Amino acid sequence: MRHTRKHLSKGLVFILIGLILLLSGCSELTVLDPKGPVAESQRDLILYSLIFLLGVVAVVFSLFIFMVVKYRDKPNRKAEYKPDLHGNRTIEIIWTIIPIMIVTSLSIPTITTLFDLEEPPESSAEQEPLVIHATTADWKWFFSYPEQGIETVNYLHIPTDRGIEFHLSSADSMTALWIPALGGQKYNMAGMENILYLQADETGVFQGRNSNFNGEGFAEQTFKVHAESSSDFQDWVESTQNSAPELTQEKYDSLLKPELVDTMAFSSTHLEWVDHGTKDGMDYSIERHRDAFAEQLELKNGQNHEHGPSGEEGEE
Amino acid sequence: MGLDEFFVTGEPLIYAGMVAITLVSGAIIFLLTYFKKWKWLWREWLTTVDHKRIGIMYILSALAMLFRAGSDALMMRTQLAFPDMNFLNAQHYNEIFTTHGTIMIFFMAMPFLIGLMNIVVPQQIGARDFAFPYLNALSFWSFFFGAMLFNVSFVIGGAPDAGWTSYTPLAGDIMSQGPGQNFYLLALQLSGIGTLATGINLMVTILKMRAPGMTLFKMPIFTWSTFITMFIIVFAFPILTIALALMTIDRIFGSHFFTLAGEGLPMMWANLFWMWGHPEVYIVILPAFGIFSEVIATFARKRLFGYTVMVWSIILIAGLSFLVWVHHFFTMGAGAFVNSIFSVTTMAIAIPTGVKIFNWLATLYKSRIRTTTAMMWALAFIPSFTIGGITGVMLGMAAADYQFHNSYFLIAHFHYVLIAGTVFGCFAGLVYWYPKMFGHKLNERIGKWAFWLFVIGFHICFLPQYFLGLDGMPRRVFHIVPEWFNLNVISTIGAFGMGLGFAVFVYNIYYSYRYSEREQTGDPWDGRTLEWATPTPVPEYNFAVVPHVKEHDAYWDMKQKGETIYDESKVEPIHMPNSTGQPFIMSAIMFFASFALVFEWIWLAVAGLVTILVTMGIRSFDYDEGRHIDVEEIKQTERSARGL
Repeated sequence: MRHTRKHLSKGLVFILIGLILLLSGCSELTVLDPKGPVAESQRDLILYSLIFLLGVVAVVFSLFIFMVVKYRDKPNRKAEYKPDLHGNRTIEIIWTIIPIMIVTSLSIPTITTLFDLEEPPESSAEQEPLVIHATTADWKWFFSYPEQGIETVNYLHIPTDRGIEFHLSSADSMTALWIPALGGQKYNMAGMENILYLQADETGVFQGRNSNFNGEGFAEQTFKVHAESSSDFQDWVESTQNSAPELTQEKYDSLLKPELVDTMAFSSTHLEWVDHGTKDGMDYSIERHRDAFAEQLELKNGQNHEHGPSGEEGEE
Repeated sequence: MGLDEFFVTGEPLIYAGMVAITLVSGAIIFLLTYFKKWKWLWREWLTTVDHKRIGIMYILSALAMLFRAGSDALMMRTQLAFPDMNFLNAQHYNEIFTTHGTIMIFFMAMPFLIGLMNIVVPQQIGARDFAFPYLNALSFWSFFFGAMLFNVSFVIGGAPDAGWTSYTPLAGDIMSQGPGQNFYLLALQLSGIGTLATGINLMVTILKMRAPGMTLFKMPIFTWSTFITMFIIVFAFPILTIALALMTIDRIFGSHFFTLAGEGLPMMWANLFWMWGHPEVYIVILPAFGIFSEVIATFARKRLFGYTVMVWSIILIAGLSFLVWVHHFFTMGAGAFVNSIFSVTTMAIAIPTGVKIFNWLATLYKSRIRTTTAMMWALAFIPSFTIGGITGVMLGMAAADYQFHNSYFLIAHFHYVLIAGTVFGCFAGLVYWYPKMFGHKLNERIGKWAFWLFVIGFHICFLPQYFLGLDGMPRRVFHIVPEWFNLNVISTIGAFGMGLGFAVFVYNIYYSYRYSEREQTGDPWDGRTLEWATPTPVPEYNFAVVPHVKEHDAYWDMKQKGETIYDESKVEPIHMPNSTGQPFIMSAIMFFASFALVFEWIWLAVAGLVTILVTMGIRSFDYDEGRHIDVEEIKQTERSARGL
């Protein structure tokens, strides 16, 4: 009997040590190491909730260890035994009210953050956000910059310190745009449009991806986000406008075919003839590629891990 | 369609599976023939309407499914252990996580719990069987054939690959061509019939067949949790039935409920799925709460703390479970206001759940804890489930959920609640009620080995996944990148620990069957509720004399007062239902009709449907009134069982 108790406490110690070890590495985790105001507000909310919730864990674990250690049935046990004890109004009211208070304390910042996230980030309010249409088709990303008249495939350039207003939609399956370093995700759906505000405060290359499962090429539907100073961004826009080929409808239609493609850049956007965020653009892709969806990629690990070296994106 | 299209080809793992299936079925057929057991199988099991035998069949099937879906899990964890692993390709990985999730929820968790309810609930309320024993058999066989239909997909036609949530348009006829997704739809439809019927059956049983004196608020807590669960089933499952039917019509007959073409509403599937799917979570967790309450009270030798509050918190959780489904798609862009409301309702569930946790802890206060294996599972539940619960609150905070959604943080959370809640609960219940089912205990020493391997493996497997999620690892990717390597390899080691724990658990069933001491009394744990008042082996009629209930923990009360429920002078003839092969045959026909529909062989399916209607017609002209067991036979059975 004593043998198992030793096991039990050993197990608990093991779990606690594991927790501490893992928590110490937390600051390096992408979500907890934000690179922009949106991700930062979400990180703050997560850490705020953790304070309360780790408190709950501490209370429950301590009570649990106390009960199990003290009230084990063993020879020479001195602890009291009251088989008919089955209620205590005061303590029951206390442990109902405390969770209610915790939930209330968590609800208020959750709701304010939710409303904040529907607006462009405040830190760059003096500037209009940059509009980018992010459209997915199995298993690739199209980023259209309507004001700049350019479009990229599978990579994204954004200026720092300026809000980005993503218009999310999909040409076929449901997907989600997620750049963990910059903030949380929203769904891309055919026939409707979601708005997602993100912003980068630091330059750098961040990982972005589709996070919603959509079939065989799902794991490879990733892209790199190049956050750069607004002058560097302007240079990139201009060089793309000047050197990239025009996107023709024929080319676009062939790109919609469900398969993996490399990074590309164009000096015009597909929004000229179709917007998948409207009902009219909802069945555009499946009308054209109905049979292609039946074909399998036979996709193995190791193919297409990256869309080319990060410096040379857009140069097919 | 050629044979090469009919059977799945080209995958060595599946060929191995085919060989294994052929060998195992061959061995079973050989053993049944060699020992001349075919008649025994038909008479004692396939045609039985006895709730205890049906319960055992449920649990055996659930264990087999746990093995199947657990193997899926180990294959996934193997593939994710190293960044350059090429054990599974993308397509195969997608099929495996789809079947893993679907089987674990529909064909493992639910039948395991329903199996325990089958065995325990009538005995806890002092009843002799279900209200509708024939319907109970039909429920089991439709579940069983549904599970078979789903499993067949692995070698015939191809497994579904759109995830257990099967979101449209991905799961629609264009992006998931072929029979795979049809298997999902029809297998769930078929087994759903059984679940819905069980819902009504147990509800009526609990309302109408309780022993005299057992008012609702004197019912054992497991019966209460079952009762509430059945309400959730009856209100939630019709939504799934309709959603599955609409998608089936979309796929097979070309309608446009959830399609991209023809003004379909693909997102409506997610809505309908989770309007069922969230209550479903509570369908598999509330009975586990009931099991833990029983086990903790018994082995703490103490009355359950806050019984009434426990009941009301179950009712509250059940009510709230219908008001939170949108939290599965906060990221769909419903807007801040809608998300705020569902965020608050979601977090509100933590309140009654927290109260329950404190009630369990208070039950341990001033108690006398016997650390049997069943109790260990129940004790391990408390801290483990707390971690799952608080991370659930984190996921409920919609603004933060934008970062957690679709990530391994979510995966870690729901495995923490479903394994620490449902699976620990199933194991606790099985170990606890095992002597009632089979007349001997499971070996405690081996049981504790299984326990420690499984529980430690569980934490090693899933704790790192929270951190992987925070590092941006999405669910359902078939390979990892080097940054996620360390935590993934730890997680995989834990998964194999759990696998080993399960293997030891199953070995214990064999070992205990061979070597465990046979039970002499019907009350090996010094139990508190009425199921321990019946002798072991339990006679088919359960109670020779209907017990009269005066207090909570009716049997404990009787033992304190030195009363017994068996009084030979009060024995009267007992009316019992006859065995029947109809539920088995009916469900087998439904299986073939569904199979035909999977392959869109419409005329064969129609023929099957007509045959089902004919068998239902035959059933409605069935005037079998059952039989009576006479007093002498009862006395004899009781004397030998009670060693009088």
